[in-house]
Amino acid sequence: MLRRFLQAAITLAIALALLFLVMRAAPGDPLFRLSAERPISQQEIAVLRARYGLDQPVGSQLLAFVSGALTGDLGVSIEHGRPVTALLAERLPATVLLGGSVLLLNFTIGLWLGVRQAVRHGQREDRWLTTLSLTGYAMPSFWLGLVLAWLIGVEWRLLPAAGMQDPLLEQDAGFLVRAGDVLRHLVLPVVTLSTVSIAATMRYQRTAMMEVLHLPYVVTARAKGLSEREVTWRHAWRNALFPIITIFGLWLPILVSGSVFVEAVFAWPGLGSLAANAVGSRDYPLLMGASLLVAILVVAGGVITDVAYAWLDPRVRYG
Amino acid sequence: MTAALDALQAAWQNPRGRTGALVLLIIAIAALVGPWLLPDPLAQPDVLGASRPPDLGHPFGTDQLSRDVLARVVTGARISLGVALLAVALSISLGAAVGIVSGYWGGAIDTLLMRIVDGALAIPRLFILLLVLAVWERVPVLALVLLIGATGWLASSRLVRGEVLRIREEGYVRAAEALGARRRRIIFRHLLPNSLGPLLVAATLGVGDVILLEAGLSFLGLGIQPPTPSWGGMILDSRDVMVSAPWTGVFPGLAIVVTVLSANLFGDALRDAVDPRSA
Amino acid sequence: MTRVLEVDNLRVSFPGADRTRFFPVDGVSFSLQRGQTLALVGESGCGKSLTSLALLQLIPPPGRIEDGSRIRLGDTDVLALQGEALRRIRGRRIGMIFQDPMTSLNPVFTVEAQISEGILAHFKISRSEARQRALQLLQEVGIPDPAERLKAYPHQLSGGMRQRVMIAIALSAEPEILVADEPTTALDVTVQAQILEVLDELRSRRGMAVLLITHDLGIVAGRADRVAVMYAGQIVEEAPTQRLFDNPSHPYTQGLFASVPRITGPLQRLNPIRGSVPAPAAWPSGCRFRPRCPKAFDRSEVEPPLISVGPDHRMRCWLAEEPNTRQLAADERR
Repeated sequence: MLRRFLQAAITLAIALALLFLVMRAAPGDPLFRLSAERPISQQEIAVLRARYGLDQPVGSQLLAFVSGALTGDLGVSIEHGRPVTALLAERLPATVLLGGSVLLLNFTIGLWLGVRQAVRHGQREDRWLTTLSLTGYAMPSFWLGLVLAWLIGVEWRLLPAAGMQDPLLEQDAGFLVRAGDVLRHLVLPVVTLSTVSIAATMRYQRTAMMEVLHLPYVVTARAKGLSEREVTWRHAWRNALFPIITIFGLWLPILVSGSVFVEAVFAWPGLGSLAANAVGSRDYPLLMGASLLVAILVVAGGVITDVAYAWLDPRVRYG
Repeated sequence: MTAALDALQAAWQNPRGRTGALVLLIIAIAALVGPWLLPDPLAQPDVLGASRPPDLGHPFGTDQLSRDVLARVVTGARISLGVALLAVALSISLGAAVGIVSGYWGGAIDTLLMRIVDGALAIPRLFILLLVLAVWERVPVLALVLLIGATGWLASSRLVRGEVLRIREEGYVRAAEALGARRRRIIFRHLLPNSLGPLLVAATLGVGDVILLEAGLSFLGLGIQPPTPSWGGMILDSRDVMVSAPWTGVFPGLAIVVTVLSANLFGDALRDAVDPRSA
Repeated sequence: MTRVLEVDNLRVSFPGADRTRFFPVDGVSFSLQRGQTLALVGESGCGKSLTSLALLQLIPPPGRIEDGSRIRLGDTDVLALQGEALRRIRGRRIGMIFQDPMTSLNPVFTVEAQISEGILAHFKISRSEARQRALQLLQEVGIPDPAERLKAYPHQLSGGMRQRVMIAIALSAEPEILVADEPTTALDVTVQAQILEVLDELRSRRGMAVLLITHDLGIVAGRADRVAVMYAGQIVEEAPTQRLFDNPSHPYTQGLFASVPRITGPLQRLNPIRGSVPAPAAWPSGCRFRPRCPKAFDRSEVEPPLISVGPDHRMRCWLAEEPNTRQLAADERR
């Protein structure tokens, strides 16, 4: 386990160095947008360059960047004029709520459908589900979001299509009312993000399950007289879950990237819309901070995956 | 080599794979020929003809600037497919090169390369592109292709490395090594041809991913720059008029869905052919 | 003598190229008496394992059992069963042991869980009672320190121990028939003997009928009451064990004996059968052994039925109708 943590630290350090490299190698000056939008004197530029450390030699910039990342000081947002760390912390909960809900759907409905496909593989239902999930996967999340917002939010007025709370809600509304309100706002973003991501989960589950289903111990289970449900879910699925856990690490970046678009479309007040806005206003420190946070989440996801794997598999647990 | 050809043939035998390939072919032909037959996608004939719903003259309607949506979707296909094919070709070549070096030379080079790949995979491709593109005022198309291509080789390098590690243990490669065959010969005669199948699958599926990625960047205003029509850019333009003129956004989106779905259906059929376990 | 199992004209098919189907098991018939051991002998690819899987409808899709096949278990028509009724005979009427104990046990469950669930699938008893029975079963199959072993996971046991656990699972619902599909093939030679001993002991103690599936004639002698030799999806010779060993009549059976090294007796040249087993998708026409048979003659171009060569001794070869066959066979062996 210690080895795994060390490895994660190295990975994160390399990711950090790469981010810095990207920042330095990118053509153009992070400050050009400011000067393009309003007249700005050479003096002001010099001051700003000094504030963001752009006048320092590369070596000390890297040092400042790394020590900033380690101490949680990611600089000040150009657009908001507030520390990036505070902004990120403020927006994280909404994204965790959105991402967690999508994850929940993926790892219930997605896994269930994938198992069904494997059990009926090659049959009509399997082929239909594959085509259907691939269609979802082929949809740009922002487009699906816009179409759903237009149809369900505006034309049919079934669900709110923007934000996380109804601004007209009374100040003294009870907790349940507020929670219900957030839940209603959550539906469209979650459906959008789940539709475009569930195909990957289904596909992995289907493949993993098919590999397990023809193993001898599944025949043993059936020959014992267990019901098909026990054979499928108890004997086969328990083993087909391991590969799924390992893809969790791969799956996180897809979720994070998707949330940039979905949050932007539905004005969901999370990290994704923060990043999308930072792109629009060319808020470089904010964008950099968001990328750094994502990298940390991805690496942490990998570590959690490995720990979960070790805990679930007796061959690893008992060596 | 023959293995990759066999895979193509098997994918063609698969009904869904064939459907995907045929639809892709139709889209490609439309993208090549279409712009000659359709109105100028940049022309703004008259203000009165703006935001017209679909009719015989404009099957996909017109946008806020009275431009023909069909013509813009078809021209957008040219851009999207062109960017995707070039970028995927670049990332697959990079991935193959790194994978072969890493898998065949092994040792410290392998460790170093794979550590870098691990680190880079921790930052989603979208975020790297956002960081680079956000400081760029007007991104030239060629630069976009290079950037998308240069950020897409990580997964395929792992794939090729795995294949190389497997193949180099095979008897015929061992035999060739024992006979003193040169490295270059082993790489080009054995390692590369035998990795082609999985690479082909990765490339086909990669085309779909890159089309989505480019559309996303254009939707954020960072990809293809107006007035050049791109599917993502058109959806961005439609954002404010989605309620009054939904056709300006629905059709470019459908174009993305159909194209990416076709590429993925074909890629799926290829994968079944290359890796029968998943069939 | 009561018949506990009767298989009649069993055919198993798989899809081949261009929507055709081929028949890895092609018209197999045999029966099993109470307390008897029948050995089904043949090389890999002859269809013997599929035959055993078919007994409980365990053929993996897209394979299927063809219409016209009959499997009777006492007075139960196995092929008419499905769903719950089928589940109830699996393990209860027929218990099964498979070739590879490494992969036949589920790696994520303890030994106790894997034995108990077989018991609980058929008897309405409590978990702790099932545990007691599991413990007894482990004792019965000769596992030392059974209480400890119940808590173990498969990967913590040796190959021989795992196969004993497999036997315990097969016995868990007290079946009247035990099907052992190559039970010792994957094991070390010394362990093989131990496992066979356990099986022999259990059979005589419990009075079970045993269908022993093997490629190894060496483990058949002194163990099986009858032998059926399979080749290319069919039974080609069937007789009581002693009669078959004394007088192997089908050229294929003779070939099998000639290719077994002898430990006793004069030094002999091994005579392997020339050629190799044909693929199920391409069974030869006429007699299926014809392309490899040293005695093939003009009549071999027509597919022979099972013909009697002696009392309770049949083979699938036209030589049975040639007058001097028995004499020839006797000459061969000298």
